[in-house]
Amino acid sequence: MTTTQMPDTLRRILDYSSRADPYPLYAELRRTPVARQEDGSYVVSTYRELAELLHDPHLSSDVRNLAHPMRSHEGETTPPFINLDPPEHDRLRRMAMRHFGPPHTPGLVAGMDGDLTAVVSGLIDGFAGKEQIDIVDDFAYPFPVTVICHLLGVPREDEPKFHVWVDGIVNSIDYNPKIDPKEKLEKGLQARKDLRQYLGGLLEQRHGRAGDDLLSRLANDDGPDGRMTDEEIVATANLLLIAGHETTVNLITNGMLTLLRHPEVLQRLRDDPDLVVPLVEELLRYEPPVHIIPWRAAYSDITVADTVIPRGSQIMLMLASGSRDPDRFHDPDRFDPDRRDNQHLGFGSGIHLCFGGPLARRETQIALTELVRRLDRPRLVADPPPYRRSPVLRGPIHLQVEQGTG
Amino acid sequence: MTRADTLRAFKRDGRIVIVGASLAGLRAAEALRAEGFTGSLTMIGDELGEPYDRPPLSKQVLTGWVPADGTALPRRRDINAEWLLGVPASGLDMAGNVVRLADGREVPFDRVLIATGVRARPWFVESEAALDGVFVVRTREHAEGLQRALAAGPSRVLVIGAGFTGSEIASICRERDIPVTVAELAPAPLVGALGAMIGEVAADMQRAHGVDLRCGVKVTRLEGDAQGHLRRAHFDDGSTIDADVAVVALGGIRNTDWLRDSGLAAGVWGIACDTGCRALDINGLITDDVFVAGDVARCPNPIYEYRLISLEHWANAVEQAEVAAHNMVSAQADRWPHLSIPLFWSIQFGANIKSVGVPTFADEVVVTQGSVSDRRFVAAYGYQGRVTAAVSFNNAKWLDHYRQLIETAAPFPPLCPTPDQPVDSKPVPVDFPGPALIAQGATVVVTGNAPSERRVTSLQQHHR
Repeated sequence: MTTTQMPDTLRRILDYSSRADPYPLYAELRRTPVARQEDGSYVVSTYRELAELLHDPHLSSDVRNLAHPMRSHEGETTPPFINLDPPEHDRLRRMAMRHFGPPHTPGLVAGMDGDLTAVVSGLIDGFAGKEQIDIVDDFAYPFPVTVICHLLGVPREDEPKFHVWVDGIVNSIDYNPKIDPKEKLEKGLQARKDLRQYLGGLLEQRHGRAGDDLLSRLANDDGPDGRMTDEEIVATANLLLIAGHETTVNLITNGMLTLLRHPEVLQRLRDDPDLVVPLVEELLRYEPPVHIIPWRAAYSDITVADTVIPRGSQIMLMLASGSRDPDRFHDPDRFDPDRRDNQHLGFGSGIHLCFGGPLARRETQIALTELVRRLDRPRLVADPPPYRRSPVLRGPIHLQVEQGTG
Repeated sequence: MTRADTLRAFKRDGRIVIVGASLAGLRAAEALRAEGFTGSLTMIGDELGEPYDRPPLSKQVLTGWVPADGTALPRRRDINAEWLLGVPASGLDMAGNVVRLADGREVPFDRVLIATGVRARPWFVESEAALDGVFVVRTREHAEGLQRALAAGPSRVLVIGAGFTGSEIASICRERDIPVTVAELAPAPLVGALGAMIGEVAADMQRAHGVDLRCGVKVTRLEGDAQGHLRRAHFDDGSTIDADVAVVALGGIRNTDWLRDSGLAAGVWGIACDTGCRALDINGLITDDVFVAGDVARCPNPIYEYRLISLEHWANAVEQAEVAAHNMVSAQADRWPHLSIPLFWSIQFGANIKSVGVPTFADEVVVTQGSVSDRRFVAAYGYQGRVTAAVSFNNAKWLDHYRQLIETAAPFPPLCPTPDQPVDSKPVPVDFPGPALIAQGATVVVTGNAPSERRVTSLQQHHR
C-alpha cells in the first residue's frame, strides 16, 4: 500500500490549472489510499481511511509534533484551537462554544434567521436593474463577512483593512517551499501578525464592558474553565474571523454554480424550499468549501490501510476526495440532493469537526433559497468560472450570472 | 414454483405480523416497505398510541422540558399497516402460523417478527408498589406521573437501583434541586455495566452533585401512611429514610412470558436467535419464519466468542430491526448478519457517558486518554490481551477509533502514546460483581435417546 506511485498526482492537484475540476485527479489519487510522497509526507484520499484518521487519537493537530516544522506557523506562540490537541484544544473550544452553541447557548444560530434573511434580502435588492451579477463580490462574500463581523464584534467598515491580511494568510496556508516564492510565506507571516495586532486592539476596548458580541463575552465571561488569556482570545477570534467567511463564500458560490449546472434541481428548489436542507448537505459532499486539511502530524506510529505512518510524519487529508469515494457513496460524481446516508466529510469529523458548521449551513440554506426564489432566469456567463488560487479553500473568485431577458 | 418465485409472491402479497410496536417494531416495518414488501403488515402493541422514543423518558421528560407525549418516533415512510394496539399478544402458534391476542383474536402470518422488548421490573411487594409516590419508568405514562410528582416538589426522592436509569433520574432530581437518596446493592453506581473503576468515578460524581448515595444496602420495605402515600423506606442495615417519592429502577423483565408454550427458545434471558435474527426453537434449531429484534433478542456476537448477548440499547434495536426486516424478505444467499459493535450512551450529572463494545466482556481496564479527575476521559477494556470495549466521559468523539480497535482485535493495553495520555495509567482488574441473575434454576430438560428422539422441553411443561 505504501508507494510513491504517481508522485505527480498531488503536484497536479495543487497546480492552479486543475482548480476548476480536481475530481478526476482525486480518483487517480484514491488508487493509493495512503500514498507516501517523495518528501516523506503522506497523502490520504479514501473515505474509510480519512474517517479512521479523523477519529484516531494518534493524529495530532499540533505543528510541534511534526518532525520537520512548518515555516508557515513560525512565531505562532499561541495557536488557535484548530492547531492544538487535547486537553488544550478541548478547553479552548469548549470555552468558545459556551457562547456559540448548545448546551450553554443553544438558540444562537436558530435565533439569527431573521438577521440572516435581512442581510440576504438587502444584497439581492441591490441586484435590481443589473443584468449581470457577480455572485461572489455582490453576494457570497459580503454576506458571511457581515454576519461574522456582527457575531465577533468586529466593525464591518474595517473589512477592506482585514481583507488584505486574510488574503495573505489564506494564500500561505498551502505554502510549499519547493514551488512557492519565499515572498508568499513572508506575506502570510506578516499578515498573521497584523491581524493579531488588530484584533488585540479591539479586545483591549472590551475588557470590563459587557456586550453581546463574542469578543466582549470572551473578554468578560468567567465560565467553569476560567477566562481565556488575551492571546487565546485573539487566536480564537482570528480563527473564527477567517473561517467564518473564507469558507462560507465558497460554499454559497459553489452552491449557486452547482444549481446553475443542474437546472432541474434549481427548479425543484424554487418549487420546494424545504429541499434546501438535504441539498446543502449534498453540496458539502459534492462541492465542499474546504478540500484539503494540508497537514496533521503522526504523534506516534499510525497504521492505516496496512501502512505504517512513522511518528513525526506530515499527513495531508484529502477530504473532498473522500466525499467522492465510490466505495462509500453510490454514483459519487452525481449531484443528488435526495441522497440518503450522506455522511460527507465537508465539515471534517471527530474533535475538530467544523466549529461554525451550524451557522454555515443556515447561511447557505437561506442564501440559496432566496437567490433561487428571486433571481429571474439566472444563467452562467462562463463555465467554468475563474477560480481562486487556493487548492485548500477552493471556490470561484468570480461567478458572473446573467438574469432577466438580457 | 421455484424458490425465487415463492419469495417474489411472498414479497408481493405475503402476510407479515410484527409483535411489539415500539422502536424495533416500527423501524422493521419501515425497512420492510423500503425493501419492497407490498403484502399485508400488522403491528401488534400492548400500549395505546403511536410508537414513541424511550431514552428521553428518564431525561428531558423528567425535567419538564419535553412533554411525555412529545417523544413520538419520527416516521421515515408510510408503512401502510394495520395497527392492533392496546391488547398484548398472548401466544404464538408456530404450527398454525398464528399470533393469539389476549382478547382471543387470532392473527395469521406467513412470517412474524417478535420485538416485544422489556418492561420495568416492579417493586417486589405488590401492596408497597401500589403506594402513591412509588414509580417505575418505562412507559410515557410512567414518565408523566413521575414528572408531575417531581414538579410538586417532594421533600425527598428515593431512587432504588443505581444503574443507568436510576442514576439519570437521580441526576434530574439534583438538577431540579430535589433532595435525593440513591440506594444500590452493589458497591457503586453503574458497576454492573461498567465495573469497579468507573463505578468509583460515578459514585464521586453523584456525591459531588449532592446525592445521598448509599451503596451496599438493600431496601427491605416501603412504608405508607393511612392514605396510602409513601412516607418512609427501610434498609437492611436497620436504618430508615423519609421520602415521599420512590423510583424503582431495578432493570427490566424481558417480555417473553407470552411465548412460554410456543416452542421457541424463550426465557427470562430473552429469545435466542442467530445473527440473521431468526429465532431458535426450544431445541436450539433455527426457525424459518420467526424473527426477533430489539431488547428481547439474544443474539450471538462473533467478536465475543459467539456468546449470546442481549442488549437494551437504542442503536442495537434499530440495527437489528433493519437486519431482521431485510432477512424476512430475502433469499438465503442474500441474508445479512447482525454484526455491529454495541453502542450505548447516557447523560447524567452533566456528563455524557458513552460506551462501545461489551465492557462486561473484559478482565482489565485502563484510562487511555484524558483525566479522570476532570471527568473527561476514555477508558479501554481488555480481555486476554485484546481490546473489547471502551467507555468515555465527555470525550465521545474518540469512540469510533476504539470501535475499530475492537473490530480488529487490537492489542490491549493499546501500545502507542497519544496526546493527552495520563502519565501513570496502568491497567487494573475490571472487577464486576457476580452476575445477579444466574441463580434462576433450570428452565429446560432434555429427553429421548436416539438422535431422532432427543428433544428439549421446558421445565414447566415437563412437570405438568
